[in-house]
Amino acid sequence: MKKMTINGIVAQVEDYWTVLEACRFYGIDIPTLCHHEGLSPGGICRLCIVEIGKGKRAKLVTSCNYPVEDGLVVRTHSERVIRARKMLVELLLARCPGSKTLQDLAAKMGVQRVRFKVKNENCILCGLCVRMCAEQMDAKAISFAGHGINRRVTPPFDIKSDVCRNCGACMYICPVCQLRCQGPEPPNVVCGACMNVEPVCLQDNEDVMCYLDTCGWCFKVKPSSLKKSGYGKEKIEEG
Amino acid sequence: MNRIKIKSPLDLEKLRQAILAKTDSQKTHVAICAGTGCLALGAREVITAFKEELKKRGLENEVEIRETGCPGFCEKGTIVVSYPEGIYYLQVQPGDVQEIVEKTLVEKEIVERLLYTDPVTNEKAIPEDEIPFYKHQMRLLIGNNIKIDPKNIEDYIALGGYNAVAKALSEMTPVEVIEEIKRANLRGRGGGGFPAGRKWETTRNAPGEPKYVIVNCDEGDPGAFMDRALMEGNPHSVIEGLIIGAYATGSHDGFIYVREEYPLAVENTSIALEQAREYGLLGRDIMGSGFDFDVKIFRGAGAFVSGESSALMSSLEGKVGAPQPKYTHTSIKGLWNKPTNLNNVETWANVPLIINKGADWFTSIGTEESKGTKIFSLVGNVNNTGLVEVPMGITLREIIYNIGGGVRDNKKFKAVQTGGPSGGCIPESLIDTAVDFDELTKLGSMMGSGGMIVMDEDTCMVDVAKYFVDFLVDESCGRCVPCREGLERMSEILSDICEGKGKEGDIELLEELSEVMKDTSLCALGRTAPNPVLTTIHYFKDEYDAHIKEKKCPAHVCKVLIEYYIAGEKCTGCLACLKACPEGAITGEKEKVHVIATEKCSKCGICYETCKFDAVLIR
Repeated sequence: MKKMTINGIVAQVEDYWTVLEACRFYGIDIPTLCHHEGLSPGGICRLCIVEIGKGKRAKLVTSCNYPVEDGLVVRTHSERVIRARKMLVELLLARCPGSKTLQDLAAKMGVQRVRFKVKNENCILCGLCVRMCAEQMDAKAISFAGHGINRRVTPPFDIKSDVCRNCGACMYICPVCQLRCQGPEPPNVVCGACMNVEPVCLQDNEDVMCYLDTCGWCFKVKPSSLKKSGYGKEKIEEG
Repeated sequence: MNRIKIKSPLDLEKLRQAILAKTDSQKTHVAICAGTGCLALGAREVITAFKEELKKRGLENEVEIRETGCPGFCEKGTIVVSYPEGIYYLQVQPGDVQEIVEKTLVEKEIVERLLYTDPVTNEKAIPEDEIPFYKHQMRLLIGNNIKIDPKNIEDYIALGGYNAVAKALSEMTPVEVIEEIKRANLRGRGGGGFPAGRKWETTRNAPGEPKYVIVNCDEGDPGAFMDRALMEGNPHSVIEGLIIGAYATGSHDGFIYVREEYPLAVENTSIALEQAREYGLLGRDIMGSGFDFDVKIFRGAGAFVSGESSALMSSLEGKVGAPQPKYTHTSIKGLWNKPTNLNNVETWANVPLIINKGADWFTSIGTEESKGTKIFSLVGNVNNTGLVEVPMGITLREIIYNIGGGVRDNKKFKAVQTGGPSGGCIPESLIDTAVDFDELTKLGSMMGSGGMIVMDEDTCMVDVAKYFVDFLVDESCGRCVPCREGLERMSEILSDICEGKGKEGDIELLEELSEVMKDTSLCALGRTAPNPVLTTIHYFKDEYDAHIKEKKCPAHVCKVLIEYYIAGEKCTGCLACLKACPEGAITGEKEKVHVIATEKCSKCGICYETCKFDAVLIR
């Protein structure tokens, strides 16, 4: 067993766990898009980032592949983490605005606008299907091709692979393309029709209980802190 | 071939004496740079001309021709040096060969017109140390390039080569070698500046066998070529460092990862390895020490990101050269999940120097935290472009003005970009900064592998930022979201700004995006990619503002934002521009002021170049 600190709580964790597993064991919600328990960590979507270390040496790491270690101090929802996650969701949403998964994530995290040009792609290149095919189905019928902005998932040479058994596992595991957002098509890309929760905020107290889910404590007690960061701005203005 | 296998340090010394005895130091010989830069400028023809000329005069046995590596002054190639006097001839053409042979080699006179001429004082400089470009340098690593034929190991041995291996293997334990490197505080020259000694120690102590050592010669920064010059010009110095590193870390297999685009480096290194094997400097039981080590060359298939450690190792394993999502250092789990020590070409080349002369000597050069020398490739709008090797702690001003000879065409200096696409632009106000790893990082730039691009007043900083971002968009592997999506968006926003479509808030969005990319990207490419954008915003915010708010490009670079017009008082009505304009956008009659129709103008700039009276202006 190893001993580490997650959001101020001393946690006993198994030696072989990743930080993500440890956090989830303690009931802390960390969003992921490219992670699946049955597959190797991808480290692609970067949404599972957490902040480790202190002061100047504090840095963001992806929890899905960061091994636990003794004395590790982890903050799963610090201001720096939230800011980065929101930007990542904004980038992904600009790429695939038609995905309900992404729209829900945006709503949950309080992403209220997309400042980039919309691309209307279907795939976020998380690689779950590629890993599923290779690791669980033992087929390797699809893979990544191209690099940079031309990266895409495809069978070798873009022709149907002989080793593909039409098992559908790639479709089953896809976090994005299956569920389409049926909401309105708003001008600013963010649908927001399913928006149902208040965003978390921890900029004043990094160890507060918000990580379990949104508790609204800070919203009730200190609306000014929300205003400062821009979270839930409209609500405050209305109220 | 009856080559002696070197079986002990004594054998090496004997061989050196034998080589020195058979070479006459007073014999005339001509060193001609056969590096890639000079070859492109016609060095091959110069060499052939020399051989033919000597044959014609029956001097083949009197005068030796040596094809050497790059001495760095690429601006003035082809470089020909006549020894023993050490006369430096620059910009030699095949047509000059006859004169050099006749005057210098036969009559022992100097051909004045081929010497270095100071552009200001018009003074001539004869030997290397009188030429300002070389005078202010400290050439510990590339200084030997002109003295060595890289295809002949004996040249290197004659200069004391492989002494360091002999010393390390016979007099030092591996731990002592590591201690010496740690004491010398040798930091990685590839860009990160991580202490090499500590990396070696980690590899040595990491569990797992076999261990590997690798030379990283996947140099890809635009305008940087110092690793190529070393690998082409003095491959044995790198191999020697690698043998010592392998001995220290307990490795028996080494790789040299050279990019495919460096064919001459591959060729020279292959020959060097073959010769080292023949002499028993690689292989089993090196110099009777019982230490086995051999090296293979791996030719990289050419992706910029393959220079990143985990990507390089993936590529070596035969996979796609893309960074791996791992938090374990490659020095613990690297190539085939075994402890692997990867260092840059220049780092390895420093090792023999430290072993030979000691850590105390090495630490006497440089600043508090950065020791030794660093090779920079000085390019851009500077008079003397080429490779410069300077002690750490020298100021940017000294490099650009004393060595580089100032900005070309007497223009005003604007900024210097260090560290390649991952570095930043440093403005004139900070040009007196000392060059060292930490100082440059503080300014938001970095040492990088040593690219140094000088920019004059005619450079648009937004355009520069866009250039580097576009380069990285092409070179990003596309695996992680912040790098792939972030860079593309950054490029979109910068393009908009350059095309006059910039909006209020774009700068803030760029900054916000940059912070997230720095924080969350998978590898160093994405984490450092925003540096050019952040530094240009920081130091040249007024230019961004001019683009966004006034829709003007102060440097007249961004085509959409400029307009050509004809100044009435200067125009003589000569019709030259009118005839030259491909769009037919200029109207006018003879001896009457011409007018450019803005709506037809494609802003090609031909009229601007054609006008002899400077009447065509840009606003």
